[in-house]
Amino acid sequence: MISMAENEFSSSVHNRFLAEKKLMGAKCKRCGAISLPLRPICPKCNASEMEVVEMNGRGKLVAYTVISVGPPMMIEEGFDREHPYCSGIVELEEGVRIPGRIVGVNVAKPDQIKIGTPVTVEYQERVHGEEKRTFLAFRAV
Amino acid sequence: MQKRRKLGRGVAVVGAGMSKFGMYKDKDSKYLFAEAFNEMLSSVDKGVDPNDIDALYLGNFTNDFFINQGHWGPIISDLIGLTPKPSTRTEGACAASALAFREGVFAIASGFYDMVLVGGVEEMSKRSTEEVAEGLAMAAIPYEKRVGFTFPGVFGATATAYFAKYGATREHLMNVTIKSHNNARFNPKAQFNASIRDIMDQRIKRCKERGEPVPAWRDEKEFLRDIAANPVVAWPMHLYDCCPISDGASCMLLVAEEMAKNFTDNPLYVVGIGQGSGKGMHAKDELTYFEATRYAAKEAYELSGLKPEDIQIAEVHDCFSIAELIHIEDLGFFKPGEGYKAVEEGLTRLDGPKPINTSGGLKCKGHPVGATGTGQLLEIWKQLRGEAGERQVPIKDLRIGAAHNLGGTGGTCTFTILEKR
Repeated sequence: MISMAENEFSSSVHNRFLAEKKLMGAKCKRCGAISLPLRPICPKCNASEMEVVEMNGRGKLVAYTVISVGPPMMIEEGFDREHPYCSGIVELEEGVRIPGRIVGVNVAKPDQIKIGTPVTVEYQERVHGEEKRTFLAFRAV
Repeated sequence: MQKRRKLGRGVAVVGAGMSKFGMYKDKDSKYLFAEAFNEMLSSVDKGVDPNDIDALYLGNFTNDFFINQGHWGPIISDLIGLTPKPSTRTEGACAASALAFREGVFAIASGFYDMVLVGGVEEMSKRSTEEVAEGLAMAAIPYEKRVGFTFPGVFGATATAYFAKYGATREHLMNVTIKSHNNARFNPKAQFNASIRDIMDQRIKRCKERGEPVPAWRDEKEFLRDIAANPVVAWPMHLYDCCPISDGASCMLLVAEEMAKNFTDNPLYVVGIGQGSGKGMHAKDELTYFEATRYAAKEAYELSGLKPEDIQIAEVHDCFSIAELIHIEDLGFFKPGEGYKAVEEGLTRLDGPKPINTSGGLKCKGHPVGATGTGQLLEIWKQLRGEAGERQVPIKDLRIGAAHNLGGTGGTCTFTILEKR
């Protein structure tokens, strides 16, 4: 169980939840809007009355790209021109969207990856330097 | 609710200059700004005494990171002899100098200053491509970067959403690249002043000279489909969909409207100016438009009393080919989802009814980030004053032009409308 200061709706808390294999959104107690990742101020009504809600992890792909020229972090994981990777935006069943790595799609044929593909959340544990980190991914079902 | 705005008094552009954009491994960006400044001085038809400049607003994004130097306002004002006049650096990623322009307009419109120098500078060539990509990624959103998105990746994802929603394909992106390169052929200040056809012919000639197999491309699209010539960066963004890494500088001289005729009989009046901000991809309602562009455009159109159909020529922020298709829709030139069809039909060509990016755009002219905003406005300056040479659009009674500048992945957008009277 992560202990959280009452107003700590931040990226570091989001990442700690990911390490626990949890995808958490922030729900505004005033207007009910859900935001992902966690943020302290509601983007719809500007209130600072958020509570944490867990997402069910299911959604669909609404945008994607297959990247051949990645940043140092991805090169470290072994991705390059011959082994590209897919990053995308997923719309969760709860109606909010989140960026994620996309797996289980054919990166060799990017024009055949379909918008609307159903996906389910997956947590990727990777080591970068000395640090173990958990990255948010979605697998095509 | 978006309020209607007004300026305290009118502002006009009376001079403009830029360095050639390109990669200058042995040149310091300060000296590129000196070139731009000197060209601006000689562009003021009746001459100007630089001692009358009240202030400098300068856009720059990455010099802190790439050349370990911040605090660029005073550095440039020292270089061009403006010290001790006030000197301010503006930052809005790739919209930095459009923000400098906007601050200059407000400063004069408020009545506080009468003459302001605005512009921008960027020096990107001194680092490796990987380091530059990392620097530019500072303009992207943290959550996107964490899952592997790169700058081109964000626009790649934007393109797949646009394709799916409107039925466009890579072929439609290629139309933008081909059109822009055809324009850049006539722009001596462009980093790549060659058409795609020129580039193909150069490659073929080189292969023949070296006794290598000659490529069999029959037309520009075959060249752009050849992944050896046009490799993937972030599908569907290929090399020729992406603007280059560039060094460069640009600047413009703004004065209070009532003084403009002291400097030139052909000033350009700032009739519309707008700015907006935008969110990361996942937080947007729709991936196929930029909220910041629409907000900025609405502000500028309302201020000017003009409509999209009144804009006769425009420079838009084609950091990636897909961006051009979206901007011409967001600015109201074409309906959402119709932008790619308009380009396909040739409507945005140099000789078309709505010429877009006659300079060659960011793709061909180059994109020294901080210098792009006022660089785009300089193209409008040249076109409206009939000084664009071989790329002068053949539109009769050309009076109203505009420039759209975008920072990061849509985090900042500006739209500026200039009028010749």
